[in-house]
Amino acid sequence: MMGFLWFWLVAVMIVGYVVLDGFDLGVGVLHLFLTKTEAERQTALHSIGPVWDGNEVWLLAGGGTLYFAFPLLYASAFSGFYLPLMIVLWLLVLRGVSLELRNHIEVGVWTSLLDGVFGFSSTLLTIFFGAALANVLRGVPLQADGYFFLPLWTNWQPGPHPGILDWYTVIGGLVALVALTLHGALWLTIKVSGDLEQRARKVVTPLWFALVALTVVSLVATIAVRPESLRNYAAYPFTYVVPVGVVAALACVWLWNRKAQPVKAFLASCLYLFFMLAGACWGVYPTLLPATTGADRDITLSRAISGPHTLAVGLAWWAFGMTLAIGYIVFVYSRFKGKADASSH
Amino acid sequence: MTAELIHRLHFAFTVTFHYLFPQLTMGLALLIVVLKSVALKTGSEQWNRAARFWGRVFGINFVFGVVTGIPMEFEFGTNWSKFSELSGGVIGQPLAMEGVFSFFLESAFLGLFLYGEKRLSKTMHWFSAFMVFVGSWISGFFIIVTDAWMQHPVAYDRLPNGQFQVLSFWQLLLNPWALLQYAHNMTGAVVTASFVMAAVGAFYLLDKRYEAFGRIFLKVGVTAGVISTILIIFPTGDLHGKYVARNQPAAIAAMEGLFKTETGAGVVLVGQPNEETGQIDNPIVVNDLLSFLIYGTTKAEVKGLDQIPRDQWPTALPLLYYAYHIMAGLGTYFTALMLLAAFLLWRGQIYNTRWMLWLLLISFPLPYIANTAGWMTAEIGRQPWIIYGLMRTSEGFSHTVSAGNGLFTLIGFMGLYLLLGLLFTVLVYREISHGPLSEATAPESVHAH
Ligand code: HDD
Ligand code: HEM
Ligand code: HEM
Repeated sequence: MMGFLWFWLVAVMIVGYVVLDGFDLGVGVLHLFLTKTEAERQTALHSIGPVWDGNEVWLLAGGGTLYFAFPLLYASAFSGFYLPLMIVLWLLVLRGVSLELRNHIEVGVWTSLLDGVFGFSSTLLTIFFGAALANVLRGVPLQADGYFFLPLWTNWQPGPHPGILDWYTVIGGLVALVALTLHGALWLTIKVSGDLEQRARKVVTPLWFALVALTVVSLVATIAVRPESLRNYAAYPFTYVVPVGVVAALACVWLWNRKAQPVKAFLASCLYLFFMLAGACWGVYPTLLPATTGADRDITLSRAISGPHTLAVGLAWWAFGMTLAIGYIVFVYSRFKGKADASSH
Repeated sequence: MTAELIHRLHFAFTVTFHYLFPQLTMGLALLIVVLKSVALKTGSEQWNRAARFWGRVFGINFVFGVVTGIPMEFEFGTNWSKFSELSGGVIGQPLAMEGVFSFFLESAFLGLFLYGEKRLSKTMHWFSAFMVFVGSWISGFFIIVTDAWMQHPVAYDRLPNGQFQVLSFWQLLLNPWALLQYAHNMTGAVVTASFVMAAVGAFYLLDKRYEAFGRIFLKVGVTAGVISTILIIFPTGDLHGKYVARNQPAAIAAMEGLFKTETGAGVVLVGQPNEETGQIDNPIVVNDLLSFLIYGTTKAEVKGLDQIPRDQWPTALPLLYYAYHIMAGLGTYFTALMLLAAFLLWRGQIYNTRWMLWLLLISFPLPYIANTAGWMTAEIGRQPWIIYGLMRTSEGFSHTVSAGNGLFTLIGFMGLYLLLGLLFTVLVYREISHGPLSEATAPESVHAH
């Protein structure tokens, strides 16, 4: 029972992270291509300026929650994915610095450099996050003690001894790149105005088609790589609402963007991300990290769960703390509501 | 180089670099509240501008704290997997709380403080500064609780699979070690901020620019400085030392360079520990003082390293000894300097006393050194244990991550952080030379229509 609860609490934190930091990553991918003038670029960046740090806290809080609720999973996955995680950390460092310091430097050459770094790190991060999720869905070569170490790539095949990158995880990376870029474009349609808003709205169409195609490909590929993903769905057929939700959310994105209802379109995109992630979690549950080296080595919920006291103590403050946190978040978003602007007055 | 050594260096390097920023964040947050409070009370635009100026410096510093802090959170898993697997049920708890209770709060109110002045009432703007202060001090608390549990584990039991679990939430948070360490460490953060503020004030006065602001900065910096430098020695440093002596005898013996058990042990002021011969070379000693400081009587016996099995000696003994002496030595200097400065301030002479202004200006790096040395004392003193008395550091690192891979990422961090360090210096220097009257930065970033 505790296991089930904490599994979904951690999942909620991850969804929170992807939905929130997702749009500022997406703006990062887009801002170089979509903006034509310095003023437009500033507007695009100001639309995420006051909120990106808070969004990133979801990653930390989620990581911390994972750490104490499932220590074995945290230890095994973080050391096993050592190299890509370190690269992710470097990208996060570069991204934070390049975004914030833009406000403190007025020399054109340097702001261009910072913009480039921000776009580059945002793009790579979305790909890494997608690939990371795909690695978890595909499984990793766990040893008997529950640990593993993955090289960056082997032969690009998802067999028993895969690398971080193979054709399957690359698809995962592309899905994330396109989904989050679309998410960011929709955010911009809410937050900016004029030409930039029009351009953001236009770019939604090609991204949407690409996302539909990639979503289908990734579903088929997942079932091919790990047929067990369907087991839970077969056992509880009502959970097919998840894929139905994915389709419906995609349709709503299209529709509302067409009708120039940006807030609704953005929320639909949030729902799309939610259903995709929830669907993936449900596909592996109650395994947390599948083994490519034999199902008896899977890191399962019951194997990784913390002691009962830890979880009881955790639940008490977690519920209280997250309620508070959501309070601040709502407060901040409401304070910075409305269109972003480039000018400083 | 062994994998264990690489992982230790990896963690030590990244956390030491990280802590260069939070110490100013936490100290400055308090001083900004002071500036804002005076501004709110007197309606002075001067003090408000002073607060805005430090807000800009704070903003830059905060970004570096955030981006170097994120790797720390992950390194528990990436570099210390075995330790994390066994202790996650305890350690993960305060770490997650730090995110949930303080980082959300801090990031929310900092946005309002930096970007929202024009759209908030004066009181609300003061309040957002206050909440940033609260957030950063809560964050310091949870991280200290984490560290304190590794120094002095409490409120746990062990599951059949060897994992630790928390038995009591309150006992974990109210670990006496954590409370002492928190008091001492936060005082150290205020020391850093007061020295930095006083140094900028001295700089403006010596350079004959923004002199009105220079006076404000000196007033606040020296006042906070004299209070915090006294508190850091007494009672916080003193009590912390006594607690270490009772609970980590090997650490205190090595810190003091006490190779042999003595009744009426002295304090070595200067001297070089010689591990081979087991004595201090070229010592200058104050007799009986150590016994007195720890036990309150000059006759008490203090355990030396000779009573401790060799495999439980701290692994980098001379470094530990020097780190401790640097901290305590600088602490003494700080108090002397700040007492003098406070006297001159009280007499109204400080603004024209050039030698004092110069001393304050060039002393600002020293609290960074003292804080770093203090942490090195704590962390090296804990060796060879990763959880004191329960788990050795050699059992805690990520055995699946080879030395080569670890070195690769360590070098990567070194390069990246070198770049960050340069960038930080340039940016803060620019902010200081633009001065408190500049409104160039800190844009109103979003407009409601
Ligand atoms: C401005 C910074 C600063 C200054 C001047 C001092 N300290 Fe300190 N000290 C720290 C900053 C610090 C610190 C960075 O805050 C540490 C590291 C870990 C911690 O919690 O606090 C610390 C740790 C620390 C420890 C714990 C070591 C351990 O855990 O093994 C002791 C016993 C002292 N200090 C004692 C003193 C004494 C007696 C001082 C005065 C002469 C002193 N410190 C000055
Ligand atoms: C910010 C100030 C800190 C500094 C400067 C610092 C410094 C160091 C140093 C020098 C070491 C290496 C010790 C050795 O191997 O001989 C170390 C190790 C370590 N520290 Fe800290 N530390 C700090 C804070 C913390 C905190 C708050 C925690 C816990 C939450 C922590 C956890 C660790 C761990 C896990 C290791 C590696 C294992 C070990 O060597 O014991 N440190 N740190
Ligand atoms: C193992 C040690 C540490 C870890 C895992 C860690 C983790 C972090 C993280 C993830 C952040 C970024 C938060 C954000 O996104 O807003 C951060 C910032 C911060 N950390 Fe650390 N930290 C460590 C050591 C310390 C120590 C020793 C202190 C002080 C006692 C400290 C105090 C702070 C504060 C006040 C901030 C706010 C940002 C800033 O000050 O610049 N941290 N830390």
